[in-house]
Amino acid sequence: MEKVLFGDNQFFAVNHLSDEKSRAQSIRFKDDSSIIRVLDQSISLGINTFMCTTHDRIANICEHIRQNPGGYKNYKIYPCMPYAHKYANAVTELGIAGTIKKYVPGNIFGTFAKGGMAYLNKDFVKLMELLVDAEMKMFTGISTPVIFIQNVLVDLILGLKMYDVFAAYDSYIRKKYNSEPGYITMNMPALVDALNVVGIENPVICSSINKIGFRMAGGKEIYEKYLREKEFRPIAMQVLAAGALQPREAIEYIARFPKIESVLFGASTKAHIEETKNLIEANLF
Amino acid sequence: MIKGTVTGLGKMGLSHAAIVSAHQKVDMVAVCDTSSLVLNAFNKFSKVKTYTDYQKMIDGEKPDFVVIATPTKFHYPMVKYALENGVHVFCEKPFTLTTRQGDELTELASRKGLVNQVGFHNHFIGTFRELRRLLGENVLGELVHFSGEAYGPVVTREKGSTWRSNSSEGGGCLYDYASHVINLIQEIIGRPQKIKGTLLKSIYSKGVEDAVFSLLQLESGLTGTLLVNWSDETYRKMSTSLTVQGKNGKIICDATEIKIYLKKAVPSEKLEKGWTIKYITDFAIPVDFYLRGEEYSAQIDSFVDCVDKKQQPQYNTFEQAKYTDAVIEMILEDAKK
Repeated sequence: MEKVLFGDNQFFAVNHLSDEKSRAQSIRFKDDSSIIRVLDQSISLGINTFMCTTHDRIANICEHIRQNPGGYKNYKIYPCMPYAHKYANAVTELGIAGTIKKYVPGNIFGTFAKGGMAYLNKDFVKLMELLVDAEMKMFTGISTPVIFIQNVLVDLILGLKMYDVFAAYDSYIRKKYNSEPGYITMNMPALVDALNVVGIENPVICSSINKIGFRMAGGKEIYEKYLREKEFRPIAMQVLAAGALQPREAIEYIARFPKIESVLFGASTKAHIEETKNLIEANLF
Repeated sequence: MIKGTVTGLGKMGLSHAAIVSAHQKVDMVAVCDTSSLVLNAFNKFSKVKTYTDYQKMIDGEKPDFVVIATPTKFHYPMVKYALENGVHVFCEKPFTLTTRQGDELTELASRKGLVNQVGFHNHFIGTFRELRRLLGENVLGELVHFSGEAYGPVVTREKGSTWRSNSSEGGGCLYDYASHVINLIQEIIGRPQKIKGTLLKSIYSKGVEDAVFSLLQLESGLTGTLLVNWSDETYRKMSTSLTVQGKNGKIICDATEIKIYLKKAVPSEKLEKGWTIKYITDFAIPVDFYLRGEEYSAQIDSFVDCVDKKQQPQYNTFEQAKYTDAVIEMILEDAKK
């Protein structure tokens, strides 16, 4: 993994500190071309990994990358699935079975003829695999060395203690995509333990890590202990604590933990991208 | 360990189940739903017992508490059965379909001495708590107006119906979305006592309203507006805010920030003249397990703590939730005029 991973929250109006800012972002990135422009700027600054949700609009970005291979030679995408709001809204509207019917690729019911739902009802692993394939379709032809499950889903499975789902995901991503499975979580210490229980060693885990303990469930102390003592490959996100911290002090805190392999951050302007990237590279590793 | 159960495994129920199950003081012994798909997943991947019959779960497990996250029309019979069997109850919002049912359940919970809480989770968001505290300190002086608002993209096109599109089952924007705002107004600013005008608008739904615009008068005489629209896709997700105006300034508060404008400084609060912006990062309630927002865990933590210590919750009691139902009734009544 590269040290600096470029995130996508700013493109999709995700701002944890201000609804107003999030609306401004949604206006700024109305067109796909405005997203592509910022991605290209990040590439020109030497950032070659884009970590993004499987939002509908990412499909357009992927298409652009496929159409212009020259500009994205060593470019990698780390997909994060699923785009949770899509499913959450569908569950409210259609219920869980209805949502699965809507999002499992159409031919599945053809494939299993009469008993489509009944079949899936027994084979959850198959269902998970079908949903992963549906989400991955947009990345055809693009290098995806690490494939993440989003925190809402990871933390739901974690809370429900259905750890075997992680094991099934892990083996499917390795087998089918020849990629490293990754996990985004707001409960890093509990997740490290859970993955170890089902035999997943040294997992890639992306979690909030910041000086003020923001979105670090269980508290900063246990996070710091795990960052010092446990075997896993941490990616730090929300290092600026949604903007509550100044970049310098935020990165200096991250630098205390040599185990952290990468930092995920998003920014909308070239100057901001450059400033943060330089800070990370100057302080880390 | 405290024995917990969850019934109704939709979006909220699954989320509650994960939070309850992850809670260090709780053993989640059973879940209940009518969907075989969901129950099969529990049977296959977890050790939790599954039921399709709610009463059998209560009888069979004799739990300390139950979380009820079924469609609203089932709240009354399910809450009642739990209370009659000595089980503490956390119920999703809105509480019940009529205040008569709410009265009965409130009285029953109180008579049995059982912990009762309803899922108005906004009270577990630090910014709204800070707003309540600042109003208590009277930083705005005499209040002159308030506005409670919520917008989001729930129903953004015309489509088929579920229980949410049936007003007699607790569907519609008023029960589902506006109830959150009414409850916030009621507990942070004051209890609405009179409705001075209402517009219920259907935008894409048939049979229920997608937007609620109402003029409220509180017990104190203060008046303000309720502006709620769940068919507004300019919002990525539900966005809830309260604005309070006083003779000394204004506060705008949502789940992420609290913006304070003062004509005169309030030194006791270290608040200067002009704008002060405070962020959720300063007010977030610490939790041991996080799923979708601190507030969802924090409300269950508080409930479990009350069950553990056998004390009544400070936030979101049946009585408070019942008052919100009463305001909903008043608004519906007013809309008929």
